Amino acid sequence: MSEPVIEFRDLGLAYGQGEARTVILAGLDLTVARGEVLVIVGESGVGKSTLLRVLIGLARPSSGTVRVAARPGCRTPMALVFQDARLLPWRRVVDNVAFGLEGGGLSKAERRAEARKGLALVGLADLAGRWPHQLSGGQRQRVAIARALAVEPDVLLMDEPFSALDSFTREGLQDELQRITAQTGKTVVFVTHDIDEAVTLADRVVVLAGKPGRVAAEVRIDLPRPRKRRDDALQAIARQLRAELSRRSAEL
Amino acid sequence: MNLVRSTLLAAAGLAAFLLFWEAMPRLGLVDPAFLPPPSTIPAAFLREVALGVWPLAVASSLSHYVVGLGVGAGAGIGLGLVSGMSRPFEAVTAWVVRLLRPIPGLAWVPFAIIWFGVQPSAAVFIIAIGVFWIVFFATQGAVRGVDRDLIEVAQAFGFRSPLARLTKILLPAATPGILVGLRTALGQAWMAVVAAEIFGVPGVGQRMMQASSLLSTDIVVVYMLTMAALYGLFDSAFVALQGRLLRWRP
Ligand SMILES: Nc1ncnc2c1ncn2[C@@H]1O[C@H](COP(=O)(O)OP(=O)(O)OP(=O)(O)O)[C@@H](O)[C@H]1O
Ligand SMILES: [Mg+2]
Repeated sequence: MSEPVIEFRDLGLAYGQGEARTVILAGLDLTVARGEVLVIVGESGVGKSTLLRVLIGLARPSSGTVRVAARPGCRTPMALVFQDARLLPWRRVVDNVAFGLEGGGLSKAERRAEARKGLALVGLADLAGRWPHQLSGGQRQRVAIARALAVEPDVLLMDEPFSALDSFTREGLQDELQRITAQTGKTVVFVTHDIDEAVTLADRVVVLAGKPGRVAAEVRIDLPRPRKRRDDALQAIARQLRAELSRRSAEL
Repeated sequence: MNLVRSTLLAAAGLAAFLLFWEAMPRLGLVDPAFLPPPSTIPAAFLREVALGVWPLAVASSLSHYVVGLGVGAGAGIGLGLVSGMSRPFEAVTAWVVRLLRPIPGLAWVPFAIIWFGVQPSAAVFIIAIGVFWIVFFATQGAVRGVDRDLIEVAQAFGFRSPLARLTKILLPAATPGILVGLRTALGQAWMAVVAAEIFGVPGVGQRMMQASSLLSTDIVVVYMLTMAALYGLFDSAFVALQGRLLRWRP
């Protein structure tokens, strides 16, 4: 296995202080290899989003270490697709997508051109001039995905990015994501509640469980890509994962 | 309600108001010296214009107004942003603000005269103070109210410095709230103009004072209406600008 891009060691995280202190994560060890697609599943509230927030620097661990080693020379080390779209309402769609490019020495026209490419990837090229409030929930989520893709991050963090989409669009974007990772060798950390989605995308699925949360199970998926969703081997792994998850929630 | 209907209703309301006003002195219900009927106002207006007093007073007041508004709003937005972004700054200024805030514009007149003399800058100072507080509190509140989630978006994309946070998120997100404050200030500043000119700086306020000491109430009304018209003009222009700046809103 190649060198790790992400390494959590004995990670602990708690919110609040004193009486109100709640430990969300404890003793969590996890590494992600370069170019790996890691999918995280687990019950609501277990700390999946929190883990991504730690990676991007929005939350500070209370103990343990986090190491991120993005490829040197990449345009952006890391980008996050939030669980909610979080578009900036005062910017048109195209300028929302261009947002992350503004520190990088590109001219406005160049940034918009890049943004349009990002929008084309998620199938929204013709909505470039709209305001966010003129979009549907699923369209907003796709704009948020384009915004993260536009900065060409070496590590892409995605928090339930496709959950607001119809199954047809979702599968299209899953294929698109597989194409992008195959082409660019990006490392992806992807959170989802959809087991079929997990097994379709993942090189490895990690189950977070417990209170406080830690890595409870891990399944490596070595099936060749592009994967067929109805593939028997894939469905077998999905069944195994579902059983694992229901056992975990029964235990609690 | 459609546009034609609402315009007609507005015109009818205004006409009824003028009729009532005209009837009061004409029917002998009040002394015309106390309340000049509106039909006498155009003549008074023409006299003021012919004397050359009206254009001078308006030009002078307008310059006080615009500069005072600019200075007060600029300082209010600037300090409001800093105070909204920085808890320490807010803490340090908390009691200074409470000390200075309740002082009415008129109370500053003696200091304005001592510091600036009977000069336009003294009038500008009085107007700017009135405008400052309104815009300051509106800006501070608007910045405080900005959605934390959007600030996180900027951080996640690497914009972590206070300046980046300000220009990328806080300022655009706070713009609606700041504009509400500015619009209030637009009206407040005209009131301050009168206060600022009563001590002898030439302008609409001064002229009103002169006329009222001579009991020329028709001339007072001319300048009241002049200010109303100027306010209406500025406010309409502002609303148009506001609509353009906030066209991203549903
Ligand atoms: N700012 C906060 N203060 C206190 N507790 C918080 C805060 N943010 C999150 N939590 C708690 O931390 C836990 C983990 O939250 P997190 O958002 O990571 O869950 P999640 O696994 O992403 O859940 P979901 O699948 O519903 O998105 C939750 O129980 C939540 O209530
Ligand atoms: Mg979550």
